[in-house]
Amino acid sequence: MTEIKTMADYLAAGEQPDILFWVGCAGSFDDRAKRISKAFSDILAKCGIKFAILGQEESCTGDPARRAGNEFLFQMMAYQNIQVLNGYEVKKIVTACPHCFNTLKNEYPELGGNYEVIHHTQLLQELIDQGKIKLSDATEFKGKRVTYHDSCYLGRANDVYEAPRSLLASLDVDLAEMGRSKKTGMCCGAGGGQMFKEEENGKERINTNRTKEALETGAEIIVANCPFCTTMLEDGVKSYEKQNEVKVLDIVELLNSSI
Amino acid sequence: MMTIILFSLLFFGVSFFSYKKYRRIYLNIKLGKDYSNTNPTLEKFKNMALIALGQKKMFSRPIPAIFHFFIYAAFVFTQLELLEILLDGFTGSHRMIGHAMLDCCPAIYSTLINLIEILSLLALIATFIFLSRRNLLKLPRLHMDELKGWPMKDANIILIGEILLVFGIFLMNSAESAWLVNSNGTGYHFILSSVFALFFTSFSADTLQMLSQLGWWLHLIGIFGFILYLPYSKHLHILLAFPNAYLTNPNAKGQINYMPEIYNEIKSMMGEAVEASDPNAIPKFGARDIFDLSQKNLLDAYACTECGRCTSACPANQTGKKLSPRKIMMDTRDRMEEVGRLMEVNNNEWKDDGKSLLHNYISVEELRGCTTCNACVEECPVNISPLDIIMQLRRNLIMEESNSPQEWNGMFGNIENNGAPWKFAQSERANWINS
Repeated sequence: MTEIKTMADYLAAGEQPDILFWVGCAGSFDDRAKRISKAFSDILAKCGIKFAILGQEESCTGDPARRAGNEFLFQMMAYQNIQVLNGYEVKKIVTACPHCFNTLKNEYPELGGNYEVIHHTQLLQELIDQGKIKLSDATEFKGKRVTYHDSCYLGRANDVYEAPRSLLASLDVDLAEMGRSKKTGMCCGAGGGQMFKEEENGKERINTNRTKEALETGAEIIVANCPFCTTMLEDGVKSYEKQNEVKVLDIVELLNSSI
Repeated sequence: MMTIILFSLLFFGVSFFSYKKYRRIYLNIKLGKDYSNTNPTLEKFKNMALIALGQKKMFSRPIPAIFHFFIYAAFVFTQLELLEILLDGFTGSHRMIGHAMLDCCPAIYSTLINLIEILSLLALIATFIFLSRRNLLKLPRLHMDELKGWPMKDANIILIGEILLVFGIFLMNSAESAWLVNSNGTGYHFILSSVFALFFTSFSADTLQMLSQLGWWLHLIGIFGFILYLPYSKHLHILLAFPNAYLTNPNAKGQINYMPEIYNEIKSMMGEAVEASDPNAIPKFGARDIFDLSQKNLLDAYACTECGRCTSACPANQTGKKLSPRKIMMDTRDRMEEVGRLMEVNNNEWKDDGKSLLHNYISVEELRGCTTCNACVEECPVNISPLDIIMQLRRNLIMEESNSPQEWNGMFGNIENNGAPWKFAQSERANWINS
């Protein structure tokens, strides 16, 4: 197990890391999403990136509270997080959660938190371009049929469509796009605080609607970039009893097993 | 002379009544909170040029976009002919611009009229396609619950009105052409009406002149009717798409509007110095009624043409939930109209009518369905944001009414106490490393 240092560790050693890995609540506590955090920190370590986490000093960014309508709680969380981040003089942040990414990047500046924030797919793209990630010639995913699900908060909310796709291209997968993709990508159903409540009454669930479309591409792997989408789509795959044939993976998991 | 008097009466009557209604709309929008847009002016004009003038976002669905463009282009260019019709009406002249151009540049005039005729024919085809798409094919997004009654009629009235307008133009041009051919052997060489004129050549000179006059009046009355009708109709978008596109929100779509009044409370709670606020002012969080929304939200509601692209892309609506982003915009407009009518009969003063946008128009269940995915915002051809209104109403529900699903209360409590939406201790936050 690679050792992962916290900002406090770096400070104690009188050093400053190159980048802060903002793990997020899902990445810290959700069993499925923890594997994504691990895969990502593995890659960072393999590439020799000097990174830190906040550990116990990290809190929810406030995204679900804000979107549920609780602006007060959001700003309270933001205030505390910004105090911590500014206290450590953090300049650059990477996160594997598009919700944290959006909040840190777009919503913290108004409250005094100004950082360069990137999503893990963007950092991974940089690392490949710089030659720091060397993929094995015949990866286990070569030629495999996959489909890619744009999360709302990386896609529409922040217009990041190409970095994840170029990562998939570097893995030589057979990418089958869904009809609703990029700007017209369909939500997984988790955003806006929906992850934390029952869905409203309707004809069907949003995640099964989206998963159906993903399965229709004939993909063996549904690739996601968000821990909440991953959960929603995995539940969707289970509802169609396809969990033995079709996997839902974060891009970083594909990359980590191809180095 | 009779024509001049009749025309002038009509013109000033229409101007007076439409001024009253358009002014009401302006006052209604002004009921909202001040809105500031930090986008540089050049960017604002760019947005207006691309989105309103160029209809860029329409073309994400190319087929309706092309037919819509025919109607739009015909409308814009027919304004040139309308100018002549108005001048003729005021002066009692006949084809004033045409005659003025006859001496210097007759080709330009006939080219213009030819362009208008071709566009009018294309617009006519488009109108029939739109009518059949709406009434025969029954496109799902044009047949949802919120369109029952008036909205559906409104759409058809305008389409039929467009047919009358085009019919008027062609009747005027072709009857006149036929009359000219009959009387001195040569008519106007307008590309389409000279062909249509062939149907009329057996008519007497008097009938032809009368028919041409009838065409002129038909078009004119159509235009006046259109001006009067527009502010009551969803077709107001032909005007308001422009300011709306100009005021496009320059921020990333994912960024939700920030509430400075709360930031001040947080800062003072944390012991930071803040500007003293008026102690008598009762802070109000989020929006309950149209007065709490921004003027941009209200402009959005008037700029909406109820096309329903937002709703057809909404994940909640597609899976059968109650939420329809289009209905959010229609409700906002309906409530504004209601408030405006009440103020009109009350010397422009507002007396609480016991109703509000939230609850009386938009239900809690609708608001709860939103995943904040921004699909509606992305889809809107004129950059309306239903999401911005949804968010402000949600804020009112939570922060003013404490109206929240039980699970959300749990989530709020967890975030507040352990810094995560689930019940895990913050001290265990880095345990994933070794799990």
